Amino acid sequence: MTDVSATPAHAAVSERPQGRSFGKIALRWLLYVVLGLFAIYYLMPLFVMVTTSLKSLEEIRTGDLLSLPRELTFDAWRTAWSEACTGIQCEGVKPYFWNSVMLAVPAVMISTLLGAMNGYVIAQWRFRGANIIFALMLFGCFIPFQVVLLPMARVLGLMGIAGTIPGLMFVHVIYGLGFTTLFFRNYYVSIPVELVKAAKVDGAGFVRIFFAIFLPLSIPIIVVSVIWQFTQIWNDFLFGVSFSQAGTQPVTVALNNIVNSTTGVKEYNVDMAAAIIAALPTLLVYIVAGKYFIRGLTAGSVKG
Amino acid sequence: MAPILEINNLYKNYGATEVLKDINVSIEKGDFLVLVGPSGCGKSTLLNCIAGLEPITGGTLRIDGHDMTHVSPKDRDIAMVFQSYALYPTMSVAKNITFGMKVRGVDAETQKSKLAEVARQLQIEPFLNRRPGQLSGGQRQRVAMGRALVRDPKLFLFDEPLSNLDAKLRVEMRTEIKTLHQKLGASMVYVTHDQIEAMTLATKIVVMKGGIIQQIGSPAEIYNRPANLFVADFMGSPAMNLIPAKTQSGSGGTLIEIERPEHEPIRLTDPRARNLPKDIILGLRPEDISEPGFRVGALVQEAPCKVEIVEPAGADTYVQTRLGGKPLTARLHSETEAAPGTVHNLAFDLSKVSYFEPESGKRIN
Repeated sequence: MTDVSATPAHAAVSERPQGRSFGKIALRWLLYVVLGLFAIYYLMPLFVMVTTSLKSLEEIRTGDLLSLPRELTFDAWRTAWSEACTGIQCEGVKPYFWNSVMLAVPAVMISTLLGAMNGYVIAQWRFRGANIIFALMLFGCFIPFQVVLLPMARVLGLMGIAGTIPGLMFVHVIYGLGFTTLFFRNYYVSIPVELVKAAKVDGAGFVRIFFAIFLPLSIPIIVVSVIWQFTQIWNDFLFGVSFSQAGTQPVTVALNNIVNSTTGVKEYNVDMAAAIIAALPTLLVYIVAGKYFIRGLTAGSVKG
Repeated sequence: MAPILEINNLYKNYGATEVLKDINVSIEKGDFLVLVGPSGCGKSTLLNCIAGLEPITGGTLRIDGHDMTHVSPKDRDIAMVFQSYALYPTMSVAKNITFGMKVRGVDAETQKSKLAEVARQLQIEPFLNRRPGQLSGGQRQRVAMGRALVRDPKLFLFDEPLSNLDAKLRVEMRTEIKTLHQKLGASMVYVTHDQIEAMTLATKIVVMKGGIIQQIGSPAEIYNRPANLFVADFMGSPAMNLIPAKTQSGSGGTLIEIERPEHEPIRLTDPRARNLPKDIILGLRPEDISEPGFRVGALVQEAPCKVEIVEPAGADTYVQTRLGGKPLTARLHSETEAAPGTVHNLAFDLSKVSYFEPESGKRIN
């Protein structure tokens, strides 16, 4: 709640300018101007993307990059969604978008659930070597993607899931486990151990305690884990391009192919529309769950 | 009948550190056993061992005649109340109380009737549908007790259940726990660092220090005949006066001489004491040092003492003087005329005196 409560406090201060010197007010205005400039700087590319995607090719060629479209047309969006060519096929991003959904949704759920279980075991059932295992999992967070490409390709080949969506899912689950374990472990570490003791005396076992007591407590950190994992998996390009083949490519790879496979004219409006389509789901997840994200990252303690 | 709880030669180590050493305790059905001691004395660890939440390194533990040394907590037929209450935060009060029954597969009808019974007993009916976070400390405490009561176990375990409450509520809940114990006739083991809680609740007290049992006995035994200097000092408030003294055998008993600065030594005679060593530590509770005239008998002896501090406490007034290089507290009645800096006659009642050996700290009478 810190993000919410901070704003009224600041507002209350700035509403009492009587006792303030001119310098302080000027400083405050300067602050707003600088912040505004930064906001414009960050929003400009989005603005260009949206306006360009709504212009016709004709207008893009003749008009100004920053000007608003003279007449709105959604043709580029339609083309990007279902007609644009990725290499030799011309089906738009639609099939690849669904590939990404089929990939990201289960991968996010599996890695979050496994991370929660790992965190629960490491934080609350301190077995011998728990800290070493946690340190090793944490180490996994810092291994660069490129390093694991070749060994991972070999493993996927041995498992017989190379080039499939489950194969890509497997890669993302393994890679995300370090992060999700870290999230849940740090969240559960602040929960008093007496809670587990009480449940043990009540007769509950390992699995029951997890599902009946810990999981219901974890909504904020589940949201954090879901946003993090979804953003990672949806936006990933390297694993997608390395471990998929023609029919199983995720939307990021398709976007790259659309932009790169031009026939004659460069269709900027279609490229922009495709890029926005590819970026929309992560944006949506953040808008829907964003306030829980901040809350989950800052809140740790649960009063028993 | 077998004792409800029997602990034999129990040891507990964490790695190389010995936390509990050779613990031997047994209680009968209906006993209220209190484990008391300063923090770090191992009392909570012992309770966790009884609950099965900590594995035992050596020795045996029996509950109602059955060997429970290596049995898991859920099969020990115990219920436990924790210091932080450990209520399940996402469940309603009712669900908190019935969780144990639900896990054990008790049918819904029985769950309902037992819940109603316990809720009535503890007067928590109005908040059965609330979450623990919406309750006050005292209410949470009741719910935690309810969770234990509903199980109707062979043994109740309490781990400092009152230490998170404010002073007034603590006294109320203390009485309530005592009432509950009398009404149910249940066997209980209770851990506390508060010696008043121990005295008021227990039928049997175990005083611990450094993982070793110092003394086991009824509250009266512990209070009147402490086994060593530690128990003498720990139990009772204000603490027992422990004064270094010299003894000399005479015809009328043992002559006890206590040095003090700027004044004549105080000389007391104990006709009952025999064969005391030359150097002793004399233990007298504040209430055994009073205003002359209130207690009579051959063992009550008066001596003038210089009053240093006067502390009125309402019902009584505590007066401090200095004897044998140590402050000595006497409990006088509230209308005493003792004033700081004046010399006042104090009556020493030796009928309940304790003598300790200075080196070992052991009781010698």
